[in-house]
Amino acid sequence: MHRLAAHQLLPRLRDRQLRARDLLEQALGRIGRLEPTLHAFLHLQADQARAQADRIDAELDAGRDPGPLAGLPVALKDNLCLQGMPTTCGSRILESFVPPYDATVVRRLQAAGAIVVGKTNLDEFAMGSSTENSAFGPTRNPWDPGRVPGGSSGGSAVAVAAGMVPLALGSDTGGSIRQPAAFCGVCGLKPTYGRVSRHGLVAFASSLDQVGPLARDVRDCALLLGVLAGHDPLDSTCEDRPVPDYPALLERGVEGLRLGIPRAFLQGLEPEMATSFEEATEALVGCGARLVDVDLPHLEYALPAYYILAPAEASSNLARFDGVRYGLRVSGPDVAAMMRRTRAAGFGAEVKRRIVLGTYTLSAGYHEAYYSRAQKVRSVVSRDFQEALARVDLLVLPTTPIPAFPLGEKTADPLDMYLSDVYTVGVNLAGLPGLSVPMAPVRGLPAGLQVIGRAWDEGRLLACGQALQSVRPYHLAQPQAALFDGGMA
Amino acid sequence: MSATEAAGLVFETVIGLEVHAELATRTKLFCGCPNRYGAPPNSAVCPVCLGLPGVLPVPNRRAVELLILAGRALGCEIARLSKFDRKNYFYPDMPKNFQTSQYDMPLAEHGALEFEVGSRVHRVRIHRIHLEEDAGKSVHVAEGRQDVAGRLGDSDYTLVDYNRAGVPLLEIVSEPDLRAPEEAAAYLEALRDLLRWLEVSDCKMEEGSLRCDANVSLRARGSLELGTKVEIKNMNSFRSVASALAFEEVRQRELLEQGGRVVQETRTWDEERGVTVSMRGKEHAHDYRYFPEPDLAVLVVDRAWLDRVDASIPELPAVRARRYRQDPGLTPAQASWLTSSRSQADFFEAAGGTLEVATWMANELSRLARESGIDLAQGRLRPQALAEVLGLVNRGTISNKGGRELLEHLFREGGEPAELVERLGLAQISGEDALQEEVLAVLQDHPQAVEEFRSGKDKALNVLVGQLMKRTRGRANPQVARNLLAQAALRGEEG
Repeated sequence: MHRLAAHQLLPRLRDRQLRARDLLEQALGRIGRLEPTLHAFLHLQADQARAQADRIDAELDAGRDPGPLAGLPVALKDNLCLQGMPTTCGSRILESFVPPYDATVVRRLQAAGAIVVGKTNLDEFAMGSSTENSAFGPTRNPWDPGRVPGGSSGGSAVAVAAGMVPLALGSDTGGSIRQPAAFCGVCGLKPTYGRVSRHGLVAFASSLDQVGPLARDVRDCALLLGVLAGHDPLDSTCEDRPVPDYPALLERGVEGLRLGIPRAFLQGLEPEMATSFEEATEALVGCGARLVDVDLPHLEYALPAYYILAPAEASSNLARFDGVRYGLRVSGPDVAAMMRRTRAAGFGAEVKRRIVLGTYTLSAGYHEAYYSRAQKVRSVVSRDFQEALARVDLLVLPTTPIPAFPLGEKTADPLDMYLSDVYTVGVNLAGLPGLSVPMAPVRGLPAGLQVIGRAWDEGRLLACGQALQSVRPYHLAQPQAALFDGGMA
Repeated sequence: MSATEAAGLVFETVIGLEVHAELATRTKLFCGCPNRYGAPPNSAVCPVCLGLPGVLPVPNRRAVELLILAGRALGCEIARLSKFDRKNYFYPDMPKNFQTSQYDMPLAEHGALEFEVGSRVHRVRIHRIHLEEDAGKSVHVAEGRQDVAGRLGDSDYTLVDYNRAGVPLLEIVSEPDLRAPEEAAAYLEALRDLLRWLEVSDCKMEEGSLRCDANVSLRARGSLELGTKVEIKNMNSFRSVASALAFEEVRQRELLEQGGRVVQETRTWDEERGVTVSMRGKEHAHDYRYFPEPDLAVLVVDRAWLDRVDASIPELPAVRARRYRQDPGLTPAQASWLTSSRSQADFFEAAGGTLEVATWMANELSRLARESGIDLAQGRLRPQALAEVLGLVNRGTISNKGGRELLEHLFREGGEPAELVERLGLAQISGEDALQEEVLAVLQDHPQAVEEFRSGKDKALNVLVGQLMKRTRGRANPQVARNLLAQAALRGEEG
């Protein structure tokens, strides 16, 4: 059952071949067996999930329609608020924080009949590319537990890749959905900025953050996106535009589409990744697409601009964690000392690094040289994308320059770690949608093809991903479950 | 400049004010919590105004409209595009440790306020008006020691009330156009009157819904350059604004005359001691690390919105005062007093808007309001009732004195004037028949006065009238009584 995608499970649930409760028990059982190795989850709510599954079963038995995701177990990245369950963001400072409200995306999932089983591990406050920056220990890649799953939505990617749940939510600020999706061999979509509500997503960098789906295949991404997307009066950056029927757009294919490849930007790509990428693009040509070389002359500046802007916003967003109202408090002789001690004890090294960086780049005297200049780079990069996407329908490039790396390999060198995001951050700066779909493995490890499109054009991205999957079904490959799963598959 | 140089100079004081006013919206700036003063601590809060992880601001359009209203009334240009920014600093009563404010693109700029001090009209330019959120309130608690309550240094612990957090504020920054402490206080009062008139804010300094900081510097008269400025905070009443500025003016002048220099710093007004005290120097000034608020879209005020707000601007007090001077011909003092509040001016018009109404309001009603501490608008007296009372007086149904008595009753208790005249027995006795008996009694009791009157001493009639008023407890119509007494005395009707 854990091999099946959500869209394969749904008809079985609807015609009652499969009960939501049984599906849930299988998921919980698999989580129980795999967690000691993978550590994808930070919290589980088995009892509430069981009660919900029984309710869904009762509805389905009575012939009612409890929604488009009825009976499907889902996992939430632990920076999304669910009333009554801790939201730690992988940080000591929020270890004791239980939100009194639900994120809009969580409400939408629940209204669609999905069953939240728990919250997944992440780099602290979503700052990282390996899920090693969690205060509660790293998550491991099911393809090779010696390697990282990517990050920051590593727990969600692993939960899907290892068949614990068919669907999971992640958040993507600079690649945090797409990069772990690529490392774990699943599909992940970062929607257009403003497509999905951020209400209830603990902010890392507000102008870049988006919530999005992680799933076993493109159709599941489309299904989940359809539930998540849409206007939310509680988020004034979430736009009021119609939500297309994404699954219905999947079969449009890529016939006659122009796919742009930023060749210059991809120079120096390691040969195996380049080969995998060429094979994927050739497959798309086989489906009727045309390849066009495009130039995004300023894309190389996206990464440095991102590492100015994201920490600047983060330094302000994370200021509220001060021990006064909620979360960790370490006492001190006065309020200022209490705040300092709380923050010193509560934040991990990478979060502190980014707070210091962001505070510095916003400071009087440096603001112009760093923050303002990075904003200018951001608009130039956005213009590059716009111009390129006026000439072509989609852009394609690898999601990451390399496949999953061993745990600990990059933790000592932040800059090397930041380079993991080199192909993904531009999309966030430009506010565009980006999809990662499995392509041919690189040295036996999953790799991802990234498809980038115009704003609000998720339907076309998904159709392209679907076209690739139909001729190169790498998404069906399963991690070597026997390594840690006692031959359960 | 040296002491000897300074000694020969005449200094000019230069003052600019930064005024904060809490907007009279129903809800807060970025959430649906009620904007209400005096609610139990932390009863008007939600995840948004508490700054819980994951929440986002949703702007209150009414707050934007009130700012535009104030901006237009002050002759400002309203920005078609403006934005919100984050002002970053740590303080326990600020839930997010940043304040959402406006930095380099305020909603309104380049206005002016005209007001009178004595009979001179002053014009102070408005530099800018922007929208921002208020912070909560810290309450410093010293257990069992009343004496230190309220002071941070001596307290045992601090409680924070976040009811005020997220309440919309407008900040009005003047140009340094004020030249004297009393001028500054007059500007602040005029600004308060205008904001109240527009119903933009209730502007109660004692409740903190109007707050004021000042920048003060001195320069040699005739100089165009500004001197080093000092920022003064913690002035909690109009009187303390004038006192603090007067103190600071003298402090800086003495400093300069002794050859010293004014240090750029922030000083706090110590009301008890009547002095300003240094809070922090320039080197300790906050670096607020402003940047655009990424959770809020750029604020667009289009022509249609602006037109709608313009259409809602009431007739402004200066315009109305001019109208009252023409019709019904009030004195400038009367007109400006009546238009110092919109409810007062509206009351005046609803009561008929005559000279007589103005006189009664200025004399009787202002006294009653002062004595009772109840604002005219909050009193029980309806303007139509005042008009009725004046009608009763004019028709002679009640006397002037009766009118005052009736008005006081109406102000305190309310009611229908006609019915009260009856119930309180205020009606004048004007009928000759009704007075005849009392007239005879007076003549009988005071034969000497009657004699004097008959012998040509007209003044003696006053004694008789006085006696008659006494017998009727003032209810006799004095003119009717006078006529009756004179006729009866001359006819020799005393018996």
